[in-house]
Amino acid sequence: MSAMLTASPSELLMKVATKAASRRGGFARRRLVLIIGLALLGIAIIAILTGPLWLTQSPTAIDVLHPLAPPLTPGHPLGTDQYGRDILARIIYGGRIDLAIAFGATSVTLVFGTVYGLVAGYFGGKTDSALMRIVDLFFAFPFLVLIIAIIAMLGPSIFNMFVAIWITSWVAYARIMRAQTVVAKKQQYVLAARALGYGRLRVMLRHILPNVASVVIIFSMVDAIGNIILASSLGYLGLGAQPPTPEWGTMIADGQNYILTSWWLATMPGLAIVFVGVAFSLIGDGLADILRPGDR
Amino acid sequence: MSRFGSLPRRLVHMVILLFGITLVTFFLLRLIPGDPALAILGSSYTHTRAVAIDSTLGLNRPIWSQYALFMGRLFHGNLGFSFFYDESATTVIGQHIQPTIFLIVYSAVLAALISLPIGFIAGLRSGGVIDQSSRVFFTLSFAMPAFWLGIILILIFSVHVPVFPISGFGRGLGGHLYYLFLPAITIALGFSTVLVRSLRAATIGTLQSEFIDTAQMKGIRWSRVLRKHVFRNAVLAVVAVYGVNLAYLISGTVLVENVFSLPGLGSLLVNSVSDRDYPVVQGVTLLFALLIVTINLLTDIAQAALDPRVGQEIGT
Repeated sequence: MSAMLTASPSELLMKVATKAASRRGGFARRRLVLIIGLALLGIAIIAILTGPLWLTQSPTAIDVLHPLAPPLTPGHPLGTDQYGRDILARIIYGGRIDLAIAFGATSVTLVFGTVYGLVAGYFGGKTDSALMRIVDLFFAFPFLVLIIAIIAMLGPSIFNMFVAIWITSWVAYARIMRAQTVVAKKQQYVLAARALGYGRLRVMLRHILPNVASVVIIFSMVDAIGNIILASSLGYLGLGAQPPTPEWGTMIADGQNYILTSWWLATMPGLAIVFVGVAFSLIGDGLADILRPGDR
Repeated sequence: MSRFGSLPRRLVHMVILLFGITLVTFFLLRLIPGDPALAILGSSYTHTRAVAIDSTLGLNRPIWSQYALFMGRLFHGNLGFSFFYDESATTVIGQHIQPTIFLIVYSAVLAALISLPIGFIAGLRSGGVIDQSSRVFFTLSFAMPAFWLGIILILIFSVHVPVFPISGFGRGLGGHLYYLFLPAITIALGFSTVLVRSLRAATIGTLQSEFIDTAQMKGIRWSRVLRKHVFRNAVLAVVAVYGVNLAYLISGTVLVENVFSLPGLGSLLVNSVSDRDYPVVQGVTLLFALLIVTINLLTDIAQAALDPRVGQEIGT
């Protein structure tokens, strides 16, 4: 119960999602969830990477004749903002920052947190207590507040946003991984490997890690959504990407000023976030079913 | 072991945690590149003031002595001086607490009102209409940033159908409840995602327990079994989730206060970042961490009080 008490909401959500997912549907249907998720994410990534090739507008080009044009205006499928800049172009270009965070921040914290938890769980005893007290300390702060505080000291910028996430959000992985390692350590295959005289490093990396990695990988999908939301939240608060750089959160903040007359300014970038978020969430669900079919 | 047997150990842990929290908060100021005195003073920099800051923070002393100074001040409720507001940081923070606390409590209550019935029914009739539609809705809302959801709610309920105000805190209890409805529901919807799914899972789990079969075989009416056995046990299982997420609500508050321009700690925090008002940033961070530690402890106590089995398990 105490593990439950201190788990972060996204961890709990993942556990529940894993259980719920494995109950419904046959294998084909479960694989379909993964495929749809991958397809949606693929569409987003391809659109963002190839944007300059097919977009007819620049994200910073000002069209004085068409400020605040509604969606479906010829030449501006999603409309324009207060300076007549094309919203579709801005969403596509802005997505670079948000996707960079989803992959760049998540992968670093995934690796570091996993190793940290593996070491804590495998060594146990005093090493474990000392390492996990540090993790507890991070959990005592609301994530967003700690990240804002770090950015406050370093100064608002995209790079410092990465730094703040790297510093803080590996702890969830460490905690999940430690719990998994503690259980795995007592399993026959690990005992057998140790009896054969394999070194600690080999047992940890070649025996335990491959068997428990799926849990942190599934969690990283939930975490990627969290990081995108975080990046856009910081952009919204003016603590991440700085104008005129297009970023989904800063676009929403900008659009809020025109909410009384032009709803699309704030709405469209948010839909982009939901789109990518749902993609990651479907991938997470699908992976959970395929990698851990035993979780029922 | 008695029901609250492990609480002393939790309290010791809490003290260690509090010590760690003050250390982290103390070291935050060290992250500032360059001269902290210069950064803290900003445009109000004068040589005399810089010397004064150096001596109040003890910047010319060894680091452990600076920390001792920081702690000594903290015990007197002194968080430093805000040059931006030209007042003590403690006073500035005190003026912003009320909307935040009100918002946290309000959204916690709304979230319980939303997720208890939905989660319970989704669990009872898993695969049914309510279960399916709530799953779709909450999957979407999990991918939604709270600040965007807030703006969408403003669009619908303040601009399109003007029922609720766009911003402001209102006057008196009724005014607060009315003005804060949209902000609170924004946070509550995000919060409900986790609650509904946990409660649904807990309900399904409880329904499969043997004591439910026993109760049925004793001939107790089904509605009574649901009320007295299923619901009670399922809710117990979710109390922990509720406590953890109450702490998580604070992140939502920071965002939503900015969306609705509420004069709370979240807006203060963000404004203080752009104003480079470091003592206030430090103070708000510390206060939020204290709030979380307190809520976690209360959750533990509540659990131990509600469920006699918990007392033996708590405390790792």
